[in-house]
Amino acid sequence: MGLGYLVKRLAVMVPVFLLVVTLVFFMIRFAPGGPFSGERNVSPEILRNLNAKYHLDKPLMEQYFSYLSDLSRGDLGPSFKYANRTVNQLIAESFPVSLELGAIALMWALAIGLFAGGIASMKPNSFWDYVPMSFSILGICLPTFVIGPLLVLVFAVWLEWLPVAGWNSWEDRILPSLTLGFAYAAFISRLTRGGLLEIRNQDFIRTARAKGLSETRILVVHSLRGGLLPVVSYMGPALAGIVSGALVTETIFNIPGLGRFFIQSAVNRDYTVVMGTALLYFALIFVCNFFVDVAYALLDPRVKYE
Amino acid sequence: MSRASAIQTIGIPLQPEPAPKGHSLWGDAFLRLRKNKLAVTGLLFLLVECAVFAFTPWVAPYGFETQDLSNTLAAPSALHWFGTDTLGRDLFTRVLYGGRISLLVGVLASLVSVLIGVLYGATAGFIGGKLDSLMMRVVDVLYALPFIFLVIILMVYFGRNIVLLFIALGFTQWLTMARIVRGQVISLRQKEYVDAARTMGVTQFRIVLRHLIPNSLGPVIVYLTLTVPTVVLEEAFLSFLGLGVQAPMASLGTLISGGVEVMEIAPWLLLFPAAALSLTLFSLNFLGDGLRDALDPKGAKD
Amino acid sequence: MAKTVLEVRNFQAFFHTRRGIVRAVDNVSFKVHEGETLGVVGESGSGKTVCQLSYLRLLPEPPLRIHSGEVILNGSLDLLKQAPSGMRKIRGSQVSMIFQEPMTSLNPYMTVGSQIMEPLRIHLKLSRKDAAIEAAKALDRVGIADVKAALGRYPHEFSGGMRQRVMIAMALTTKPKLLIADEPTTALDVTVQAQILDLLRSIQQETGMAIVFITHDLGVVASIAHEVVVMYAGKVMERGNAEQLFYQTQHPYTHALLQSTPRIDINQGKLPAIGGTPPDLSRLEQGCPFVGRCAHKRAICEGTFPEAKLYPAGHEAYCHLEGLPA
Repeated sequence: MGLGYLVKRLAVMVPVFLLVVTLVFFMIRFAPGGPFSGERNVSPEILRNLNAKYHLDKPLMEQYFSYLSDLSRGDLGPSFKYANRTVNQLIAESFPVSLELGAIALMWALAIGLFAGGIASMKPNSFWDYVPMSFSILGICLPTFVIGPLLVLVFAVWLEWLPVAGWNSWEDRILPSLTLGFAYAAFISRLTRGGLLEIRNQDFIRTARAKGLSETRILVVHSLRGGLLPVVSYMGPALAGIVSGALVTETIFNIPGLGRFFIQSAVNRDYTVVMGTALLYFALIFVCNFFVDVAYALLDPRVKYE
Repeated sequence: MSRASAIQTIGIPLQPEPAPKGHSLWGDAFLRLRKNKLAVTGLLFLLVECAVFAFTPWVAPYGFETQDLSNTLAAPSALHWFGTDTLGRDLFTRVLYGGRISLLVGVLASLVSVLIGVLYGATAGFIGGKLDSLMMRVVDVLYALPFIFLVIILMVYFGRNIVLLFIALGFTQWLTMARIVRGQVISLRQKEYVDAARTMGVTQFRIVLRHLIPNSLGPVIVYLTLTVPTVVLEEAFLSFLGLGVQAPMASLGTLISGGVEVMEIAPWLLLFPAAALSLTLFSLNFLGDGLRDALDPKGAKD
Repeated sequence: MAKTVLEVRNFQAFFHTRRGIVRAVDNVSFKVHEGETLGVVGESGSGKTVCQLSYLRLLPEPPLRIHSGEVILNGSLDLLKQAPSGMRKIRGSQVSMIFQEPMTSLNPYMTVGSQIMEPLRIHLKLSRKDAAIEAAKALDRVGIADVKAALGRYPHEFSGGMRQRVMIAMALTTKPKLLIADEPTTALDVTVQAQILDLLRSIQQETGMAIVFITHDLGVVASIAHEVVVMYAGKVMERGNAEQLFYQTQHPYTHALLQSTPRIDINQGKLPAIGGTPPDLSRLEQGCPFVGRCAHKRAICEGTFPEAKLYPAGHEAYCHLEGLPA
């Protein structure tokens, strides 16, 4: 099943991730303004935690390997700023919120994108094509931090249909997830339209028509699988984008998610939290990209032979 | 007419057809670009913008920091075209200065990315073989990572140095450039005239260099034009979050962030910087798309 | 007298474009009988393919518009009067089509088996099991080895010639009365070409299927066609049986085509070619479209389109001349 192809991908992913992890280790170890540097601006409690965790009296290589073994168990170390909390605890509080936000955003992106792109491909160069595609340019060019406030201005401040910020009721979820997902809806609609149109222009669709098949069958059975391949590939970058876009969205809407927490930690120079969060996100993205590769290989029978 | 004599025709001898008007690749591309209204509009907007930015200190009606505490949060008027902010500073002036910084960082960072990309890609292309293959696989994997995290981390560690900022931002965009350059180098190495020139004693390096630059110029320029808006966006993103350009300087991102805080009572503080940023991004994107279509007529349209 | 499977009478189909009206199919008539192959010959742009695609409703309308004529299937059904849903039932069951590029004409994302089974399940309403059995039989009939494995394979796993066989199998499972073959051998190399032609011939003998064989290659026509129609600029120039066309050519265009075919059995000297280019179909003049390139043109040729000159045994040529000058 295209095993060779996937193994080759893994063979590079793992070392790169390892490299990133190593970089992280050294960055934490040599953080300016951290306990390991000359400045002593960390509270004694935290210092104690760090010493215990990182075995600062042991040689560097031992520290590195114990860090690696901690990491393999998912232990991201203690916080630089909050004396009694570990990075894992802090992340665990906010990650589910971000997960929910990201998932709903992705749902919006797929629902709007696939639908708009699909219709545009069925009626190219018509109203149903020009209008959604022009609108999608907005999504591609405008940054999240422009779209978000604009949506808030229109729907929350002027029309007063939806709340301005917060994360309590189900209405709170609409604007933030829409803001976050809008750019990806735009991309997905273009990719869908492009992919399906390209399929429709292929010779084998003409063959399908010559066989007397209905347009519905041609769309569903013959076009979708090939036409949606670009969208499947896009899921990798889309996820990366949603993860980084969440940083801004959570800030604008005051959502207690991991993104906002990450920014706060960055401003506060809580190194372990910053690095730990980044590592988590990177790992997540790597894993998801791997699954996207698997899905692509499953969908396109020609990939087996690469 | 040698063609007619070479074949014995049945029927009327061939009429000489008028020779097609020749155009160089660039001339051709320029004509195509001219027809693309969006791209031309974008280009014009950018030219005007650059002109204004070049002369900002003389064009701006007020100082960047000049406060007028009796006139805070004023709506747009004849006195203050874009209104004023919480400290009575003229927004139009601030947008001009902010836009300057945004664009400057964007361009510089893009140049950095081109530099890194060219070095990496050319090396991979020249060396070839397993190393090339490995280098490209690394690029494939790195493609997935959101580099913005890396930039934030660098900002956290090394402080908010503006030089560091655009180097770090440049680092987020080199991947595609590396691929393009490597592709060019490889295709050039395979061309027959390389072998021919080699037998005449010219070194391979020299040949590739001579042909590499003119041939790659097109894609590099296109990519550069498309990288700038991406970087401008990233910088604005960082500044919006407070991690980019630091006070006293302000970029459009900083201004937008400030605008969001008071958008319920003074929406103009959000709308004008946002519009400035958006129009710049649109123009750059349209121009870049137009260049790409103009230089590659075979490229599929959507 | 064998039954007439397809009769095309005065068929006219034009493209309405911004640059003008392109008279792609202009007053074309021909007949195909049971067990017979009609070769439709012409250069690119002659309308030979557009003609068949038009009456099968496989071209988008607009810009195509069918103006007039009748296309009668099996002596009773006028295809031009059918609604789209009716045509869908006919395509793939009574009339099948195979195309030039087997590489791209099969869906790369579906197995060969599922593609062959499709017409069986949709048109003949066979169950999955029965359809699979029929599909296997069809693959066997076209000469594909290891049929069971083949059913589960994807098109890219086959060579060009095998893919064309798969296309043929797919077209024949529903036992159509008429097969339209659009240059099926052009993209294949010569040895494979011969095999495919043999296959089509043997299937035709077995089933009595009629074939409309579109090609620009006169060698292929000689090999497989019983009747031939020569088209130029959307119009019919000459029609007759193969022997008449090759040995008693009456139209200057047909003659020019024959002359310009490379031969290995005679010494041609310099390869003759027909000077000039085919006319712009949106700007056709009143007269004979070949007048610009004809070695025998007269004044009358520019003004009026010739009526058919009748020759023995159903041989016709549309030319002002009384037979080809020596």
